[in-house]
Amino acid sequence: MIRMFKKIATFYIEGFRSMTVGKTLWVIILIKLFILFVLLKLFFFPDILKTRFQSDRERSDYVLDNLTKP
Amino acid sequence: MENIDLSLVDWSRGQFALTALYHWLFVPLTLGLSFIIAIMESIYVKTGNEEWKRITRFWMTLFGINFAIGVATGIILEFEFGTNWSNYSWFVGDIFGAPLAIEGIMAFFLESTFVAVMFFGWNKVSKKFHLWSTWLVAIGANLSALWILVANAWMQYPVGMQFNPETARNEMVNFWDVFLSPMAANKFIHTITSGFVLASVFVIGISAWFILKKREFFLAKRSMVIGSVFGLISAIVLAFSGDSSTREIVHVQPMKFAALEGLYHGRSGAGLIMIGVISKEDRFKDELDLDRRTIEIPNFLSYMAYGDFEAFVPGVNDLTHGNEKEGIMSAQEKIERGKIARQTLSDFKKARDSGDTVQYNLLKNKFTDADFKENYFRYFGYGFLNDAESVMPNVPLTFYSFHLMVGLGFYFILLFTLVLVNILRDKLNEKRKLLRLVLFSIPLAYIATMAGWIVAEMGRQPWVIQDLLPTVAAISHINAGSVQITFWLFAVLFTALFLAEIRIMLKQIKTGPKEGGK
Repeated sequence: MIRMFKKIATFYIEGFRSMTVGKTLWVIILIKLFILFVLLKLFFFPDILKTRFQSDRERSDYVLDNLTKP
Repeated sequence: MENIDLSLVDWSRGQFALTALYHWLFVPLTLGLSFIIAIMESIYVKTGNEEWKRITRFWMTLFGINFAIGVATGIILEFEFGTNWSNYSWFVGDIFGAPLAIEGIMAFFLESTFVAVMFFGWNKVSKKFHLWSTWLVAIGANLSALWILVANAWMQYPVGMQFNPETARNEMVNFWDVFLSPMAANKFIHTITSGFVLASVFVIGISAWFILKKREFFLAKRSMVIGSVFGLISAIVLAFSGDSSTREIVHVQPMKFAALEGLYHGRSGAGLIMIGVISKEDRFKDELDLDRRTIEIPNFLSYMAYGDFEAFVPGVNDLTHGNEKEGIMSAQEKIERGKIARQTLSDFKKARDSGDTVQYNLLKNKFTDADFKENYFRYFGYGFLNDAESVMPNVPLTFYSFHLMVGLGFYFILLFTLVLVNILRDKLNEKRKLLRLVLFSIPLAYIATMAGWIVAEMGRQPWVIQDLLPTVAAISHINAGSVQITFWLFAVLFTALFLAEIRIMLKQIKTGPKEGGK
């Protein structure tokens, strides 16, 4: 089992080492993922219903209000 | 809905459109190029010819660039659901959640595992295992698209669910109705084949550039054969699935159908407009004035829609103001019924909150009553609209986008055929004008696929979920300014990613395949 995991890890490590264009791409991917998941998700895209309300009942009531108010 | 800030609606819509269209810059090439690479590698494994390995690896590098830059751009759309579209996210309930969860799992396990074997596995795993991995990447990428398209199709034609007034959510009652809805099947086939066509145009376009530059003849010609055959077959399937999709729209989204055909006044024996000029004001003009500015195939629209050359096809005006003779209900009547459905929901909430058990049970049962569902709840979304005119989408935009998409679709069939004929006659090298045309067709493929999404999404306005939830009622009550800020953040981020893709891609194309070559 351990030998198999070692083999898989070596496969990935050697693969990354032998990359040429891929290295630039990985830099782009990492910067992009940082911007998306750290900057944008944390600071600009809260889940409104999850952050404003504690329970599903409160969320339902809020949406029901929005759907029924004139 | 007088209290809704319309600038918030516009910015939220603008942001979603911007991110979805940018995301779609990367997706179709991944969908199509993955299969083209798999076909090329199959030939390599079958023939053992090293040149085919070289061809496969060259296109695989371009696939890798597109895949890496495009990956996770779609996740932004999910962020937006939670922040800008919270009413919508809650209202759709588990209908959207289940397909998206399956997509996430499939995308992660199939793509991430086998993409690594595809890129790192050359000479490390057996030829056959590598080939399997390449095919599984292609199948996995396209299956990922399936689930999000099933969810989108449900928004266009909501089926297989029951609204629960207690939770204000739609609950899936029949997975197969959602998964196998004709709208979902057509949408999936039409969307992935549009990706196949785009990738084929990309492959033959780059190959044409190599021939024009008198480089890599072997790679270019073999790639052109694969690209044009795969492209031609895909473009024909694309045309048929488009036709099938349009026949479905006639029944489930008649307003969108009227808009994409530019049909303001319904008529029996309606003609199919091939080309024409229309405007918003045309709905006030008579039919003869419109006929003078369009070229059409007489009676063909009626046939396409209903299989009968004399059938009545309702126009935008009929669907807005009603047509008693043809049994078409007016939008005003639907608004009245929608208001009753909304009032019932409001009364239900009041009864629940006041502890009136009798009234609560009576009203709750209404939402499962067949008559109430068929005659009132199905028009629930109309209850948010202020006047009948608001059921109209932007007709000229839908009309021109549709005709541009269809025109380009047929142009690609012609282009693939011309390329194939010239390859078979061994005259491609002499046809410099054709080669230039093929090269400059690459952006046209992107325009066609974007136009398709504009038809699908703008043509169904004012709805987020057809007839059940209009766009104005789907948004979160947040500050328009914050949406504006993130709109520009995305515009900058995606433009940078797109420019990076073009730059890296062009550099790699200019470098060409690494070793050998004829």
